[in-house]
Amino acid sequence: MMILGTSIIVFFILNLLLGSVSIPVCDIIEILLGQKSDNVIWTNIILKSRLPQSLTAAMAGAGLAVSGLLMQTVFRNPLAGPSVLGISSGASLGVACVVLLSGSIGGVALSKLGVIGEVTITLSAIVGSLLIMALIAFVAQKVRGNVTLLIMGVMIGYIANAIIGVLKFFSAEEDIRAYVIWGLGSFSRVSGGQTSVFIILMILLLPTSFFLIKTLNLLLLGDAYARNLGLNIKRARLLVIGCSGILVAVVTAYCGPVVFLGLAVPHICRGLFHTSNHATILPASLLGGASLALLCNLIARMPGFEGALPVNSVTALVGAPVVMWVLFKKRKSEA
Amino acid sequence: MEKKETIKVVELSTGYHNKKGTTVITRDINASLYDGELTCLLGPNGAGKSTLLKTLTAFLTPVKGEIFIKQKPLRDYSDAELAKVIGVVLTEKLTINNMSVDELVGMGRSPYTGFWGHMSKYDRKIVDKSISLVGIIGLRGRMVQTLSDGERQKVMIAKTLAQETPIIFLDEPTAFLDYPSKVEIMQLLQTLAREQSKTVFLSTHDLELALQIADKIWLIDKTHGITIGTPEDLALNGDMSRYFHREGVIFDINSGLFKICHKLNKSVSLTGEGAEYNMVKKALARQGIAVTSAANAPIAIEATTDKIIVDGLTVKSIEDLIYLVNDTLNS
Repeated sequence: MMILGTSIIVFFILNLLLGSVSIPVCDIIEILLGQKSDNVIWTNIILKSRLPQSLTAAMAGAGLAVSGLLMQTVFRNPLAGPSVLGISSGASLGVACVVLLSGSIGGVALSKLGVIGEVTITLSAIVGSLLIMALIAFVAQKVRGNVTLLIMGVMIGYIANAIIGVLKFFSAEEDIRAYVIWGLGSFSRVSGGQTSVFIILMILLLPTSFFLIKTLNLLLLGDAYARNLGLNIKRARLLVIGCSGILVAVVTAYCGPVVFLGLAVPHICRGLFHTSNHATILPASLLGGASLALLCNLIARMPGFEGALPVNSVTALVGAPVVMWVLFKKRKSEA
Repeated sequence: MEKKETIKVVELSTGYHNKKGTTVITRDINASLYDGELTCLLGPNGAGKSTLLKTLTAFLTPVKGEIFIKQKPLRDYSDAELAKVIGVVLTEKLTINNMSVDELVGMGRSPYTGFWGHMSKYDRKIVDKSISLVGIIGLRGRMVQTLSDGERQKVMIAKTLAQETPIIFLDEPTAFLDYPSKVEIMQLLQTLAREQSKTVFLSTHDLELALQIADKIWLIDKTHGITIGTPEDLALNGDMSRYFHREGVIFDINSGLFKICHKLNKSVSLTGEGAEYNMVKKALARQGIAVTSAANAPIAIEATTDKIIVDGLTVKSIEDLIYLVNDTLNS
């Protein structure tokens, strides 16, 4: 746990330090402490770009990892993740509707509207994912098996993607471009006032998941045993799905559908801590998610790339081998 | 000592509801379970054992009738209250990885721990006691996925002990186990019923074990419904043989156990005494050979504690005896 904490701090500092413009360490400290720096450009880079981006990355990573863990537990499926239940697709559908339709129906290309456009995108993503989540929660009340629910989620995701495909077909090229860029995922698009809104939201939402630790541990035993130990299964499922759904919705709204972190981090943490106890694995996933997201952001912004690498590519490239390594190591120790 | 009635079942019909309506599986059960007693639910597959067990544990609602647990109707119990009264051990295998035996048994304390699931010193003490009662102290630190089937059953039994419920329901706890483990689990459950005054109720297919260990037997069957009694009473009034009547199996009223019935179409004369006598008789029965004391039998065998003699020839083992007898009879 200490290592995870330390790694967050290290990656966070590196995120502030490294970039296409090199700024001396002491200047960064001065700027962060609020002292006037001689160099206005440096101040702007740190306070308006690197700091918000790092905070966003850390929060988004933590949110996705926690949400992934909750889903893997409630569906008792190691492949469950934010994107699997169709919640990410829901967000995409919301954004696609607004971005792609605004041009052809409203006559105004949203991609040209600036701040209002950004807020609209965020809101549409939240609405989209919450709608899908409500649908999933409704289905969760009706169907009994978790596998059925999981497949439902995947199917809903396909439907959402199909609708997006149709929308794309009828849209103007620049709108499609705006949508595709959103879809690549990024921790830097969140700007100015929106960053603080996002961070405050996450600071409120993340600790909520800690209220579920006992419930989550009971769910590990399977529905029948959990129920015998006094757990109201339907309510528990709804709470856990709801909590993880809202986390994904908010993160996706602000950062786009960032793949892989939600799936990978819980596995990495289980590999590191050799336990399924949520009292350990939940905080570990939170810290691990923040740490890995910062690392990915750092790689995406390595000098030379000029911040051009899409976060989604980096998260997959960094995360996938790590998960494979963890699983491989586990196999060997079990054999 | 007066036995206390922990569960009373009145006019209970079990079954389930679906779109087509209600399917009743077992009708009009009137019965009671007592503390300190081990009760086994016996019956062929599909007879409704699981449905009955699920109904008694409140996983299914009764189609008709009422279940009283400690004089209070089962449906008046909340989930949280029930968790302190009934503990279950299920057939389904756990899918958890990376949880230690200690932690898993600790989960049994969930109905008592607070919002965060933190265990007090008292909770820890109960967990320790449960673990030692089941005799798995050596397994404490092991991960659940590394346990054998028998060890895992013991851990789940320890979990129900930690749950401190007066009633323990087990769904086929001896399935998947090798014979010594089956015996061990049944003996453990009997001991717990006796010494901890638990009401233990389990379904099983292990007839022989159940007949030897159970205080009461519930026989369940699609055609006959449900019959309840001590194994001995059920044997004496013929319920046992009625329920389990099969070609080639007979219920031996003397031992109160089931026996495979061999078709005997040949006979030899056998005299003697002791274990050797009985073993020779058993081996011959398997070959379809009856024993008589008649003098006109084709072969005369004498089996005593120091030797076995076939028609004047001493044989070293029963294996040799069988060869010899078969050779003689077939020639």
